Amino acid sequence: MKRSTVEIWVGVFVLAGVAALVMLATRVGNLSTGGGTASYEVEARFDNIGGLTQKAPVTMAGVRVGRVTDIHIDRDDYSAVVVMAIDGQHDNLPKDTSAAILTAGLLGAQFVGLEAGGDDRFLKGGDEIKLTQSAIQLEQLIGQMIFGAASGENKEE
Amino acid sequence: MGMVQGVGAWTLGAIQRLGRACLFLMASLAGVPAALGRFRSVIAQLYSVGVQTLLIIVVAGLFVGMVLGLQFYYNLVDFGAESELGLLVALTLTRELGPVLAGLLFAGRAGSALTAEIGLMKATEQLAAMEMMAVDPMQRVIGPRFVAGIIAVPLLAAIFSAIGVIGAWLVGVGQLGLDDGVYWSSMNGGVDFFDDVLNGIIKSIVFGFVITWIAVFEGYDADPTSRGVAHATTRTVVSASLAVLGLDYILTAIMFGGL
Repeated sequence: MKRSTVEIWVGVFVLAGVAALVMLATRVGNLSTGGGTASYEVEARFDNIGGLTQKAPVTMAGVRVGRVTDIHIDRDDYSAVVVMAIDGQHDNLPKDTSAAILTAGLLGAQFVGLEAGGDDRFLKGGDEIKLTQSAIQLEQLIGQMIFGAASGENKEE
Repeated sequence: MGMVQGVGAWTLGAIQRLGRACLFLMASLAGVPAALGRFRSVIAQLYSVGVQTLLIIVVAGLFVGMVLGLQFYYNLVDFGAESELGLLVALTLTRELGPVLAGLLFAGRAGSALTAEIGLMKATEQLAAMEMMAVDPMQRVIGPRFVAGIIAVPLLAAIFSAIGVIGAWLVGVGQLGLDDGVYWSSMNGGVDFFDDVLNGIIKSIVFGFVITWIAVFEGYDADPTSRGVAHATTRTVVSASLAVLGLDYILTAIMFGGL
């Protein structure tokens, strides 16, 4: 075989390998630089975020509209601040949109669910979602149920 | 008495072979700088060990990915956890199956060819002729093959994993109706570049090194007869495959077990 043909094929091979590595790094792994479309960031404060993690999806009416980019705690009031990157194409979320932390399935991963309000002004980068609902904690619910049942028995006596 | 002698002879033979393999490794590593200086010969070897292994890697990767997609989906859907399909497939491929299966396929496709080629060179006294002409076969023959093997396996493993992820995507998203965004985002959320992808690449580099070492050593150490070359080729595939599987366990324990 001609030397140039060999070199072309080796070039194809090496490029394919590098492309696969890049794909593993960005699409599969978490080394991505934000992805294609521009996005804008909004914040929301929660009393408790449960098991929410970075990169968790942000959905509206069940459709994914963004992802959680950062979670930290507020230094002053100790609430959890969740920073979400909303995809640029969803630039018409009303200002009084509310956010809740929901769970996919009974034990599934947690995500942020947005519910549109009625305001005719839209959220833009750096805004804060004021209406929030914390994660439901199964342990607390079970605890309340047990104590509720116990106190109910006491009343009957 | 005869049996005891047999065991003794086998043990001494095995230790001698191990010693020869280590001496051979030192000599061939010494030939690597010269091979890097003559990079065209490395490219020619990359063609025969890399490009010609590409087809089987792509086909195997695609089907392994599709089967993983199908199996994980059917099992996950019982728990309502099919959204984690992408994550499971990607972790399986990048951590384990990509490096290991690419290594096994490489040992079968390229390792056996390397052994047969070098064994025949020895049987037809080409290596001896080179030495007569004061050409070091370690630099001219072994070195480029070594370098090419170490470069090729990580690339093949990465291609295997990437194609596998695409194969599982074809089944999960294309056929079974999982959401495209869920597939990629669960993967994106759970796969860490350094912990998972990079460790897989390190594994495949180690596999490439070991497989190529075994393959060229078996060829170099083969009896210079057609029977000897045939035996050496078989031994390459068997011991390289076993080495990959055994090393995979050790590397996994070190990388992911926090040893």
